[in-house]
Formats: sequence, structure tokens, C-alpha cells
Amino acid sequence: MTRALLTALLALLLLAPAAAAAAAPRASLTDIEDEVMCLECGTALNVSNSEVADQEREFIAVLIAQGMTKRQVKDALVAEYGPRVLAEPSDDGFELTAWLVPLLGALGALALVTFTARRWRGARPVDGEPALDAEDARRLDAELAAFDR
Amino acid sequence: MRARAYWPVTVAAALLVGLLAYGLTTTGADTTLDSATAKGERVDPPTAASLPVLGGSGSGSLADYRGKVVLVNVWASWCAPCRDELPLIQKAHKMLSARGGTVVGIDVKENSGAALEAVDEFGLTFPNLRDRDGSFVREWGQTGYPENYVIDREGRVAAVRRFPVTQKWLDETLPPLLEESA
Repeated sequence: MTRALLTALLALLLLAPAAAAAAAPRASLTDIEDEVMCLECGTALNVSNSEVADQEREFIAVLIAQGMTKRQVKDALVAEYGPRVLAEPSDDGFELTAWLVPLLGALGALALVTFTARRWRGARPVDGEPALDAEDARRLDAELAAFDR
Repeated sequence: MRARAYWPVTVAAALLVGLLAYGLTTTGADTTLDSATAKGERVDPPTAASLPVLGGSGSGSLADYRGKVVLVNVWASWCAPCRDELPLIQKAHKMLSARGGTVVGIDVKENSGAALEAVDEFGLTFPNLRDRDGSFVREWGQTGYPENYVIDREGRVAAVRRFPVTQKWLDETLPPLLEESA
């Protein structure tokens, strides 16, 4: 019993660092680059080759080497360069449209799908009712009978 | 019937055009300073915002230097023409500080570690403020690096230089302002 308890405790101790690492994965430059802006070029860092971009990349690399997580690196970037360094647009002023336009687009698309679906349902014959009117049914029967002959 | 079907498209197109127009009018460089100073006029600075002090705590503003002739130097260590210009700017600061003036550097879009390395490398002794994302110099209609603005003793902008300064330009621009009383 004591031996089993000790084994379980040892396993827990061995697994704890791995679980912690999984909860806060180690940051990498390639993972962060596409979420950070080159402040001078106005493009994401992963597609920028300017001197500013090089300096930002160097700054990120130093923070990663210090063992910072992705969140910590992004916080440090904001502290040094301001909130505009993140590729995510802010939620005020003109940049608010970057959040609102996709939202309004999605709502519009949803409304269009709902409207179209309701129209299709309205046009479809209800179960139990004849799909054809009397005249069409008569013509169909006549043509089928002609084939049988 | 036909008109009813098209009105949402018309409204959407009008909104899109409005949005584009707004975006274009808010992203262009402001040339107010350039045209005013070219005519010899003195104008109030576009912004009196406070900025973080490079290598120190707290913040500072150009308004703190009222009563002095101020050469505002917009620079960054990643900018090669700025680095070429810095020795001349430091020399101008020595001259200015002996005659009731100063250079105030505005370090733009770089981390403080990199900026402080440049301060050491070039032996800069003038105060520097940090414009972390370039929003401050944008108010000044900034178009490139380096840029220099001269402020008289009454805190008005007297000259703007949108590219590197020369000794000749400094000699022509600063002494007359230093002669003026506050």
C-alpha cells in the first residue's frame, strides 16, 4: 500500500513539470511573428524585412531566450512599443470597423440564409398534398399511358 | 419594384465609399506646419502631449522647455540617415545649451534598450522622449526619418526640416532665434 502510494507520488512529481509546460507552451518567433506588426511598414512582422522589423524580431528573440511565454512576450512588446504593435486592431476609433464589419457581415449572411431557407420551405409541397394540380396530373397520366402502349 | 430591390445595395455601396473616404482622409500626412513655416509664420505645436522619458521614469513634454530655443530631433537607431546625423545634432546641442537652448530627441518606434545603446554609442547628452508607436510625430505631419523641428522661446514652431539637417541650415536657422528674448 505504502509502495503504491510512493509510486503514485513519484509519478505525479515527474508529470507536474510537463503539465505546467503544456499549460504555458514555450514561445517561438515564428508563432509570434504573424501576430505582431512591423510598426514602420504597417505589415505583419513575418512579411517585413525593414530595419524596424529586424529590431523587433531581435527584441522578441531575446525575450524568448529569457524563457518568456507567448503572452509575456506580447505584453512586453506592448509595454515597449504600445498597443499598435499587436496585429489585433484596437476596439475604438476607426479600427473598431475591423471588428464590426465581419460581425455585421456574418449577421447579414445568417439573415440571408434564414430568409432563403424559409422561402424554400414555403415553396415545397406539404406531405400528403398532391404535388401536381389536377390538370398536370391528368396530362402526366396520359403521357405515361402513351408510353405503356 | 425594381427600385425596392436595389436600395440595400445602394446604401451598402454608399457606406463603403464613405468608409474609404474616411480612411483616406485620416491617413494622409498633414502639411499645415510646412506651409506655415515656409511663409515665415510661427505656429503652435500640433500637440503638447507628454511622452515617456528615455532611460528614466515619468514623462516629459516639449512644453517643459518653454523659454528655450528647442531643436526637436526625430530619430531612431534603426534609421541609417538618423545615425549619420546624430553627431551633428549633438554638436548643435552643445552650442544651444551654452546659449539658452537645447536639443530634445524624439526616439520613434523602437525599444528603449536599443535606443539607449545608441545614446551611449553617440555620446548623446540631450534629453530624449519616446514616441513608442509614432503617433506623436504623426501629429507633426512626419513623412520620414530623420526630421527636425525648431521651436522658439515662446513655444511656437519656427522651422521644419523633413530630412537630415546640414550645418549650413543649423547656422541659418538657430542663431536668429537665440537672439530673441522670451
